Amino acid sequence: MLIEVTVNGRRRTAENVWAGESLLYVLRERLGLRGSKDACEQGECGSCSVYLDGDLVCACLVSAGQADGAEVVTVEGLADGESLHPIQQAYVSEGAVQCGFCTPGLILATHCLLEANSDPSDDEIREALAGNLCRCTGYEKIVSAVRLAAMETAVG
Amino acid sequence: MAAVEKPGVDYLRPRTWQDAVALKTENPAAVPINGGTDLMVDLNFARSRPPTLLDLSHLDELRRWEKSNGTVELGAGVTYTDVLEHLGSDLPALALASRTVGSPQIRNRGTIAGNLATASPAGDAHPPLLATGATVRVESMRGIRDVPIGRFFTGPKRNVLEPDELIRSVLVPSARGPQQFSKVGTRNAMVIAVVSFALAFDVPSRHVGTGIGSAAPTPIEAADAAAYLDRELAREGYWEDHRELSAGVVDGFADRVAAASRPIDDVRGPAGYRVHALRVMARRTLRWAWSALATDGIHAH
Ligand SMILES: Cc1cc2nc3c(=O)[nH]c(=O)nc-3n(C[C@H](O)[C@H](O)[C@H](O)COP(=O)(O)OP(=O)(O)OC[C@H]3O[C@@H](n4cnc5c(N)ncnc54)[C@H](O)[C@@H]3O)c2cc1C
Ligand code: FES
Ligand code: FES
Repeated sequence: MLIEVTVNGRRRTAENVWAGESLLYVLRERLGLRGSKDACEQGECGSCSVYLDGDLVCACLVSAGQADGAEVVTVEGLADGESLHPIQQAYVSEGAVQCGFCTPGLILATHCLLEANSDPSDDEIREALAGNLCRCTGYEKIVSAVRLAAMETAVG
Repeated sequence: MAAVEKPGVDYLRPRTWQDAVALKTENPAAVPINGGTDLMVDLNFARSRPPTLLDLSHLDELRRWEKSNGTVELGAGVTYTDVLEHLGSDLPALALASRTVGSPQIRNRGTIAGNLATASPAGDAHPPLLATGATVRVESMRGIRDVPIGRFFTGPKRNVLEPDELIRSVLVPSARGPQQFSKVGTRNAMVIAVVSFALAFDVPSRHVGTGIGSAAPTPIEAADAAAYLDRELAREGYWEDHRELSAGVVDGFADRVAAASRPIDDVRGPAGYRVHALRVMARRTLRWAWSALATDGIHAH
């Protein structure tokens, strides 16, 4: 099928798509947007997290057919040109990025948390990020990065 | 079907519920997709490649709930996030269970109806739906039928749905007393239940409902345990003074809950552990719910 998706504000189309392939596959392999990472393909790791019509979802669990006509925001849509989004900057500043594989998904999950709750407690941070696995950092620095991002976005 | 877009033969997106029902009759092999949180895992791992997907996820009319005559009707598109954000006071056990499902990403997409259709013995919505005596409303071109939750599951990952039928909604009685849900897993988040238990007091009828997950080939009620508790609470006058339950009553209930289970050994835990955990959960949830009832007072309900 032919699908049309608005990704980060731009209308994109992909042809000869199987309706049952994942939105993640469409983003990465058909549209060349490799920011969303492909790890487990079963909703466990969160590295493929994107916004779909405003909801945080695992792109690997959305079918291409379902995504037809949708608005998608990926990690590529957060930075403003060359300058990082404050959440991305906070992850860098706090050393919350090691191999970086989990980072795009975590950035999106953090963004979603801070949109709803500008001053989350540590427990709220951990709960909001429970669907995002990181094999490198041990999470402490990630939680610090979210705290810093909350402060920065409150100030900015 | 003029009202239906057919972007490809492999994908059907009905615009209305009536079209969805008609399409399922025309294409009984079409596989419904809602949140996709169960189905997409199968597709990603090529465990199945359905000829046609029937996409229910864009039907706004399914993403609704309606309260009337003491019942909440949950449309088939209602997600865990919807339940825990909006229905905590009407459906406390289901909301507690919804909180434990997966992660925010999973709760935002996964639906109660999808959980029922998958019919995993470990599905977290099932124990609360059993404990509250919910009804599954199923529809096809042949009409609507209401299936009591206790008769919906027919085996592991099997249910009563015929090839032309879709789940339209689930009717759940609004709480008329304290409810509890408890789930044991290997960690706090993102975990499939090793065993789970729900309990719901219906104060006006002086009845307790129960539901057990992951401890038998299907989710089940502990009917014996419930009948025992109803009888003991009445006989010993507990409804009159709301005093603390005796250890004898609590253990009698917990033993009967454990006896109702028929667990198996599997990767998530041995059968003996499940029975033990179930006994502990039954004891705790009963104590929690009864003390909530004693605190609120019987007249609050
Ligand atoms: C990472 C992860 C964690 C999870 N954690 C949990 C958990 O903690 N507890 C739990 O219980 N589950 C869990 N699940 C499983 C899943 O999220 C739930 O079972 C969910 O309720 C499925 O709903 P859905 O809308 O996503 O279903 P879908 O995947 O869209 O559909 C599931 C099945 O139901 C059928 N179906 C869907 N809607 C209908 C309908 N209206 N009529 C007839 N058939 C229909 C589909 O054809 C399919 O066979 C988890 C899944 C993942 C990926
Ligand atoms: S790749 Fe989607 S959750 Fe892991
Ligand atoms: S930084 Fe490597 S997985 Fe998180």
